Amino acid sequence: MFGYYLDLALRSFKRNRVLTALMVLALGLGIGASITTLTVLKLLSGDPLPQKSARLFTAEIDPLPAQGYVPGQTKPPWGNLMPYTDAMNLLQAHKAERQAAMALTQAKVTPVRAGEHPFFSDAVMTTADFFAMFDAPFEYGGGWSAQNDDDRARVAVIASFLNDKLFGGKDSVGKMIRINDHDYRVVGVLKDWSPQPRFYAVDLGGRSYGNGDAVFLPLKSARADGMDPQNVSCWQTADIQHLETSPCVFVSVWVELKDASDAAAYKTFLANYVQQQISLGRFQRPEVVFADLMKFLALEQVVPDDARLQTNLAFGFLLICIVNTVGLLLAKCLRRSREIGVRRALGATKAAVFAQFMVESGMVGVAGGALGLVFAELGLWGIRHQPAQYAHLAHLDVSMFIATFVIALIASLIAGLLPAWRACVVAPAPQLKSV
Amino acid sequence: MDIQPILASLRKHKIPAALIVLEIALACAVLCNAVFMIGQRIGEINLPNGMDEQGVSDIRVVGTDPKLAADDVPRNLAVLRQIPGVTAAAVINTLPLTNNGWNSNVGTEPEEVMSKGSPNVATYLLTSGGEQALGLRLLRGRFFTSEEFADSKLGDSYVPTAHVTLVTQSLAERLWPGQDALGKQIWIGKEYHFTVVGIVANVLRPNQNGEGLAAFHWSMFLPLSPGPGGFLNDYVVRTAPQDRARVIDAAKQKLAALSPNAVVRGISFTDIRDKFFATTRSMIWMLVLVCVVMLAVTAFGIVGLTSFWVGQRRRQIGIRRAVGATRAHIMQYFQTENFLLSSAGVAAGMMLAFGINLYLMQHYQLDRMPWYYLPVSAIALWLLGQLAVLGPALRAANVPPVVATRDG
Repeated sequence: MFGYYLDLALRSFKRNRVLTALMVLALGLGIGASITTLTVLKLLSGDPLPQKSARLFTAEIDPLPAQGYVPGQTKPPWGNLMPYTDAMNLLQAHKAERQAAMALTQAKVTPVRAGEHPFFSDAVMTTADFFAMFDAPFEYGGGWSAQNDDDRARVAVIASFLNDKLFGGKDSVGKMIRINDHDYRVVGVLKDWSPQPRFYAVDLGGRSYGNGDAVFLPLKSARADGMDPQNVSCWQTADIQHLETSPCVFVSVWVELKDASDAAAYKTFLANYVQQQISLGRFQRPEVVFADLMKFLALEQVVPDDARLQTNLAFGFLLICIVNTVGLLLAKCLRRSREIGVRRALGATKAAVFAQFMVESGMVGVAGGALGLVFAELGLWGIRHQPAQYAHLAHLDVSMFIATFVIALIASLIAGLLPAWRACVVAPAPQLKSV
Repeated sequence: MDIQPILASLRKHKIPAALIVLEIALACAVLCNAVFMIGQRIGEINLPNGMDEQGVSDIRVVGTDPKLAADDVPRNLAVLRQIPGVTAAAVINTLPLTNNGWNSNVGTEPEEVMSKGSPNVATYLLTSGGEQALGLRLLRGRFFTSEEFADSKLGDSYVPTAHVTLVTQSLAERLWPGQDALGKQIWIGKEYHFTVVGIVANVLRPNQNGEGLAAFHWSMFLPLSPGPGGFLNDYVVRTAPQDRARVIDAAKQKLAALSPNAVVRGISFTDIRDKFFATTRSMIWMLVLVCVVMLAVTAFGIVGLTSFWVGQRRRQIGIRRAVGATRAHIMQYFQTENFLLSSAGVAAGMMLAFGINLYLMQHYQLDRMPWYYLPVSAIALWLLGQLAVLGPALRAANVPPVVATRDG
């Protein structure tokens, strides 16, 4: 019967080409807009490290004075930025499997070849565990050791795109690279690595999406060579030559833990640490946030409002397109009352008529989905030419490809319900009389 | 025009009529909010900025040895001032709309920096002649004197040792509402205080700090003489607009030759502004596109449904024509019918629009929609409805009376 219904549907489409085209076009536009914005939203709210995000945690503490503090309401004002002293205390406690402190900076890289100009690159100042903790994959070599951190060794890990630029993509481990007018020894070259969102950069003054960083340096070495963190906030008069001991925040700490019970234990440790600092007189506020990666991204509202607004708007538009399709399908089906009357008189059951019309709207859906795919590709092409940080990442993946047809089919079947029901309750007799 | 027969006929076509009403209501609700968002963003892009936007260019020199700044800066400035076409040059810590934020929480009394309600203010540090280089517009008071520039050093702090400041009009109103700000004291923390010597036209901050549009104009200026430190990187060069490109090229070349180790970039302020608002602009175009397509879909929906129901009523129209109705009567019938449906849709749509606005205000940083967006969208949809019904109504008016005598 399904084949017969398909045939009937095709015949009906041919009879009302304009009306059919309008329905498919409207549905296609609605689907296209929804899929475009959903793809972007999925990209923006994605999990940057799906294999281990549940085991990565970051800590937020509040070093501000007591004035203006409302217990239970005041949240740490600078996200996961904390004073250097506390970051080092947390690291030295070694309460987690892995732990690293980090800050962003701009590194001046001077090519060794004569005639080439120095340029600035996005750099991360961090500690030894960074690479293993965040699963950053190495092309050549590896990270540096905790000993290197303490010795302020001038060692560096560079990204593959910088390695291509400086060393033509060859194994550059052991070579020297000139950063901020000091020579650093390359110990590792990363493969392409740019988790999206750039979770570790969110509060550090970096962009939340886009290209990965180019240079990774030991925090103490880079600071000793005068590299300034990108985001510094101070709550009292600060000595900017000695940020490490000033009342300023500029580093964040991430830790890797085995399981939930370890996480609970770490949270207790953190709360106790803050209490201890309060009793020492350094801190006044006991508020602590300890969040895993995805919860942290939600807390910091990384996904831009505009992207969420656009998605809401697109679905509002899809709703209008569905109502529009309901109207047009209904018009078509009421025009065919006589045909339905004949079919019913010849023995078709209500269910059969209902099924026939649902097949017809389903076909509109599939056609609308196919057209929607074209519009979505067009929309994403448009997004890729936008100035947003994430623009070049907007591509349709397999799941969104399937989602297109699922949404299209569901939308069209919902749209078809009312017309199909109206069609199957047509009484055969009056329709036949007037023939 | 008697609307009784129209209502009677609509009662017989409840579902198609309800669909048109629903479609118009949804379109009206989305249109109201989308147009409101467009309006807000246009307002943002057009925010006034009290400096010479057309004449200012920024030459950024980074990667020099900060210890040598006391010598480098005067030397570089002297070179820049010699370039033909340059009317003023100075160094500044950051420029409006560069996303390179330099903010302080300030108060009118000595207090803790982060105390509740102390406004977060963009702090611009200028070297001598900076007011002219930026083209600040003095509203009251005076600019800095050369002694005030000479006395102000940065040292090892983020705040210079100056004791005078210029504030924007918005900041003056925020700190001393209804009072004269001249001569008043601004405090940063417990240690630093500055006397307001001048009030300048509103200058934008380097970036929005999440406190809404009003805070976008909270800026203050402090004098500074060049000294060791890595923060004086932006050389502000003022020219006539037509000299800009040439001066930027020349300035880049000369400064790069003086500091071969540095990275030197040059950009006009108009480009800085365009770059800052690029995403806002693309969001506006996206919203406009969605509105246009949505209105088109709605219009086609109305055309489709009305055509269908003109087709269904050919006989009825024929009879009316046969008993004396003119073409104009038939046209009017369908136009009035559409007007009634649109009115119902618009009424529901305005309520829906209001509801959506409330929802968006709760979940996003969005203001309350001013009331006048509602009637404007309503009129737009009324017009759209009338436009959409024109074709089917004309076709209905062309139904010949002889149809009445035919069967079916």
